Amino acid sequence: MRQPAADVLIIGAGAAGAALAWSLAETRMRIVCLEQGDWVRPDAFPSNGRDWEARQFGDFSISPNRRGLRADYPVAEDDSPIKVANFNGVGGGTILYAGHFPRLHPSDFRVRSLDGVADDWPIDYAALAPYFALNDRMMGIAGLAGDPAYPPKEAVLPPLPLGATGELFGRAMNRLGWHWWPADAAMATREHDGRAACINLGHCIAGCAQGAKASTDITYWPLAIRQRVALRTRCRVARITTRADGMASGAVYYDADGNEQFQAAEIVILACNGVGTPRLLLNSAAPAHPDGLANASGLVGRNLMFHPYAMIRGYFDAPLDGHRGPHIVAWSQQFYETDRARGFVRGFTYQFGRGQGPVATAMTGMGAGLIPWGAGHHAAYRRLFDRSAGMLAICEDLPEPHNTVTLDPDLTDAHGIPAPRIRYRLSENSARMLDFAVARGREILAAAGARDVIAEAPLAHAGWHLMGTARMGTDPASSVVNPWGRCHDVKNLFIADGSLFVTSGGVNPTATIQALALYVADNIKRRLANLFD
Amino acid sequence: MTLPAANAPLSPAETAALRAVAGRMIPAAPDLGMPGADDAAVFADIVASLDRDAAGVRQALAQLDALAGGRFADLDAARQDEAAARLRAAHAAAAAVLVAVVVRCYYRDDRVMRALGMEARPPFPRGFEVRPGDFSLLDPVRARGPVYRPAP
Repeated sequence: MRQPAADVLIIGAGAAGAALAWSLAETRMRIVCLEQGDWVRPDAFPSNGRDWEARQFGDFSISPNRRGLRADYPVAEDDSPIKVANFNGVGGGTILYAGHFPRLHPSDFRVRSLDGVADDWPIDYAALAPYFALNDRMMGIAGLAGDPAYPPKEAVLPPLPLGATGELFGRAMNRLGWHWWPADAAMATREHDGRAACINLGHCIAGCAQGAKASTDITYWPLAIRQRVALRTRCRVARITTRADGMASGAVYYDADGNEQFQAAEIVILACNGVGTPRLLLNSAAPAHPDGLANASGLVGRNLMFHPYAMIRGYFDAPLDGHRGPHIVAWSQQFYETDRARGFVRGFTYQFGRGQGPVATAMTGMGAGLIPWGAGHHAAYRRLFDRSAGMLAICEDLPEPHNTVTLDPDLTDAHGIPAPRIRYRLSENSARMLDFAVARGREILAAAGARDVIAEAPLAHAGWHLMGTARMGTDPASSVVNPWGRCHDVKNLFIADGSLFVTSGGVNPTATIQALALYVADNIKRRLANLFD
Repeated sequence: MTLPAANAPLSPAETAALRAVAGRMIPAAPDLGMPGADDAAVFADIVASLDRDAAGVRQALAQLDALAGGRFADLDAARQDEAAARLRAAHAAAAAVLVAVVVRCYYRDDRVMRALGMEARPPFPRGFEVRPGDFSLLDPVRARGPVYRPAP
């Protein structure tokens, strides 16, 4: 069945799709967004119930394979030591993110020039700076101005509380003479644009029942819908169709009742993340483009980057914040920029975090052998509960063509669409960086006075950041889209998500994904008269 | 042989084994006000909350029986501890599933919460207090100046 034609079709209502929809709405074009998931009601978030920790392993798991909900598609990931984390619904990954909101740095856009590895981006920090700032205001980002790890930037809302944990790490880092700073966070630390202020529920990663965390279902989407953007949920796109002249004509999708539909559009924009976007392009293969749509370069689905994570956690004699307050608190970029004496290029960010809830304390402590089974259980548990703090090292992952998203030959989703298959190997550079991060992390915890320290690297279930699988560039032979998000091969097909990343940086990507989406949208608006030339 | 569906209720034998292993994992500590994980209310919650781990629990219990050389639930406490230790050593992932389903329910029981000094309530809507902290700790960081690398 054919739906009335749209001017713009956006696929995916997550971090990028929401920003795109809001930005393009002022053009008064007919904009339709198709989202395979649904709205999440605030009263459905785990923090409403006594089972708040348990549901993180169930219907609010970060793993689509573990959740297995109607909105989810399976991911074949046996060939990867890092497993995909995502959320499918209005808001996308912002529903389940912790809310870290760092930007890429100026040096991240010039990796080849500075360090002789990977490639430079076709744009630079200055090109995205106004969009970073706009997005920070739209999302309502908490932070403290003056972070020496960045060029000067505005702080929209007051920073998160340091609490006992932030002070602990601050003092330790000062002893070591190393950089640290309160984290930029997607949290309304006071009322902001109709969002209630954070009340320290502490379970941000499973959705914010208070509505203080900036997920796009409560930031961009209400504004976009008020401007008549049509958001259709429970609509899963199967493939992008093309006309005889090679331009995109629209998308075939399955609606909430499972019926096949066709949505025609003059402009199609993919915002399905670094796995969903290449999956869709590859599944849109046709006789005119047998290797997938927009894939003359052969790079669709290649250069998949995660951020390999290391976890280092310690236990202390005095009680700390425990599970109270946003888990994130401060970061360090002491080891962000390249120093070849370390044995690797590029670098990482430490994300300092507060403690754990009662269930997570038991699972972590028992898994690490610090809490025994049997008679000693209770005494050991009490030595750990409310007395832990730690850090994650989020390491820059360099692009390598053998790390791929392809279509699985056997596995399909509920609509029969082939599932994405991940093939990924941890590079030697990443492995060395993880080792270094664990070693320095142990030093930080020692300086903070920790008595028991545990570490794990790489974290398996930490593939939150999906990047690089439809990279941007000036040369159609070595990139999928041009410097403003338009596919080289299909001039009315755009991409605006983590797939565009040329390199990954060593920070969470959401701020940059959304800045890119606003930048792509602005380019579309400015070039409407000759957009397809 | 037909295997039970993943979401089928545990058999009486499986239920007995799970209750026994829960009790050996987290025994009661009356002096601390802590029930055991085999307490009737806690265990009912565990059985009702297996969710996506039901199949994994079944598999772990079968491995436990195999290591016990019979029905785990029928062994005396010392031999149960011995079999559970062997499960942890030889089948760590299976043991982790048992830990997960037990602690997810044990550490939300009202009596356990209170004994740990917690309020027996969900985080929302009351939330928690976290003190702002001392931001003057950042003075030395400011004093060292920029640490980002200029880019061409």
